[in-house]
Amino acid sequence: MANVKEELRQYILSEFLPGENPSNLQDDTPLRSSGILDSVGTLRVVSFVEEHYGIEVQAQEASPANFDRIETIAAFIKRKGGPAS
Amino acid sequence: MRFPGRVAAMDPDGASLTYAELDQRASRIAGFLASRGIQPGDRVGLVLPKSIDALVALFGVMKARAAYVPVDWTGPVNRVRTILTDCSVTAVFLDRRRADLAESAETMILLGAGNGGETPASGVGPFEWDAALGHEPFQGDAAERHPDDLAYILYTSGSTGIPKGVMLTHRNATSYVDWCSEVFAPTENDRFSSHAPFHFDLSILDIYVPLKHGGSVHLIPDELGKNPKDLARFIAGRRLTVWYSTPAILGLLAEFGDLGRLDCSSLRLVLFAGEVFPVKQLRRTMSRWPAPDYYNLYGPTETNVCTFALIPKPVPESRSEPYPIGWPCSHCAALLLDPEGRPVEGGEEGLLYIAGPSVFSGYWGRAADSDAVFIERDGVRWYNTGDVVREQDGDGFIYLGRRDRMVKRRGYRIELGEIESCLYRHPEITEAAVIAVAHPQSGTRIIGYLVSPEDARPSIVGMKSFCNQNLPAYMNPDIFVFVDSLPRTSTNKVDYQTLIRRFQASEMGAGRPEMGDSRASAKAPGVSV
Repeated sequence: MANVKEELRQYILSEFLPGENPSNLQDDTPLRSSGILDSVGTLRVVSFVEEHYGIEVQAQEASPANFDRIETIAAFIKRKGGPAS
Repeated sequence: MRFPGRVAAMDPDGASLTYAELDQRASRIAGFLASRGIQPGDRVGLVLPKSIDALVALFGVMKARAAYVPVDWTGPVNRVRTILTDCSVTAVFLDRRRADLAESAETMILLGAGNGGETPASGVGPFEWDAALGHEPFQGDAAERHPDDLAYILYTSGSTGIPKGVMLTHRNATSYVDWCSEVFAPTENDRFSSHAPFHFDLSILDIYVPLKHGGSVHLIPDELGKNPKDLARFIAGRRLTVWYSTPAILGLLAEFGDLGRLDCSSLRLVLFAGEVFPVKQLRRTMSRWPAPDYYNLYGPTETNVCTFALIPKPVPESRSEPYPIGWPCSHCAALLLDPEGRPVEGGEEGLLYIAGPSVFSGYWGRAADSDAVFIERDGVRWYNTGDVVREQDGDGFIYLGRRDRMVKRRGYRIELGEIESCLYRHPEITEAAVIAVAHPQSGTRIIGYLVSPEDARPSIVGMKSFCNQNLPAYMNPDIFVFVDSLPRTSTNKVDYQTLIRRFQASEMGAGRPEMGDSRASAKAPGVSV
């Protein structure tokens, strides 16, 4: 899972947290409640995941349960048949 | 009431209310409010997600001759309290999930899951919605109502950090709604979206226009409203005929809503307001929904819509210039003045002033701020919109921008000073300056420059959390940059123009923002800030 989480971290850092120290964005940092992602931001992350990992995310799957933390996004990607790395 | 049995409103689950039911329930709520001592002219807060009950509460307040004060029910507690206190509400309808706002007024009425508690002894709150709904109908005299009574107060961003309450009368609303009737010719067969929250002035069209004509209001609460795929299915499934929203949500629908799979042929009108619609996104939206008439509506909260433009179809591929805001509505008059207060010559740019029956009466409790935005000419009171426009032959007004520190983001008005006030409240921040920069795809971006002692500097994640807790979501800065000092002008004011120039220059360069007066942070190797 290490690569997927790193890829997600890099994506979120470059798109939403420019200038931030990468160690401040942890696998379990809550992305919505800490204000890093709002509803539009979540849509962009979903879009990135769909394009980058070739999976389809249904409307009801784009929920805080799946997309609130890097570790849960990575687990979701793995479940949907994306890379397990 | 022409159509007592027709559906007046429907919520996302399909629960609906007829005109007769809306009228009867609102009357009972009004009766309850009167029994609690709510007087004509009082203000009543609505801190609720959108629902049929929220609509009943809204009409109940007006039937009691009070004014409703809708507030973002997900807003930070300090901001909500500030608003409710500013206009001294005597009652609040509150979603029970906001227990942190439980003691905001003498009379609290709770709504939401978990209804059905015991009615407390009289004089002791909070009250249950079902209990209020069981009250005897309002007995007051309808003849005592006056068009110039306050109907609602909508709060907007204030530059010094405290939101301002725009006072709007029944006449302000009805003169605007009557214009909508004239231009959009609504019928009892129309099904209108209600996408905007009640605290946003787009809701005035959403609620009052269909109800005036016997049509139906289709309530769209926040979560559904931000989910393009579900929203697109909702529009198609409900066979909506009129859509009204900010351009931002239309852009999201066109990009993420999977519109190709749905039949939205019921739509006959697409109305948008609140900010400039990037032409590329408008073109994409029109290609997905080619049939309806598209109107660009312009107007600050203080006047509601005051100019409008029908967008000619199709949008040429070569066009990138935003569309005009068009001609004044028939109930409004417009005046363009230069900085010396003289009417401009045809085609020259000027500040846009609006007069007419839909112009607000003033900001609650702020006589000086209210006076400052009006001028009188020839016995007519004109409101200074603060927007700079010029008239273009055949097209009406072209919007050029503003001269102050107010911007639009997702249709909402933001005073950059309000964001700065918030940043200054952070214990580790010694100085802060906020700028807004237009981005061709994402609209307006907000950048916060911060000065903080290096040994006590918060993380960017920490700053985002802090803002999320103190500001509405649409005011949260996109980007934070820590600097050693802010550039200043010769009079020691923050030099915003320099910040904007440097930011734009850095965006054009390959890497991250480079600041001449800052050092690379020791905590972020490889990032030059």
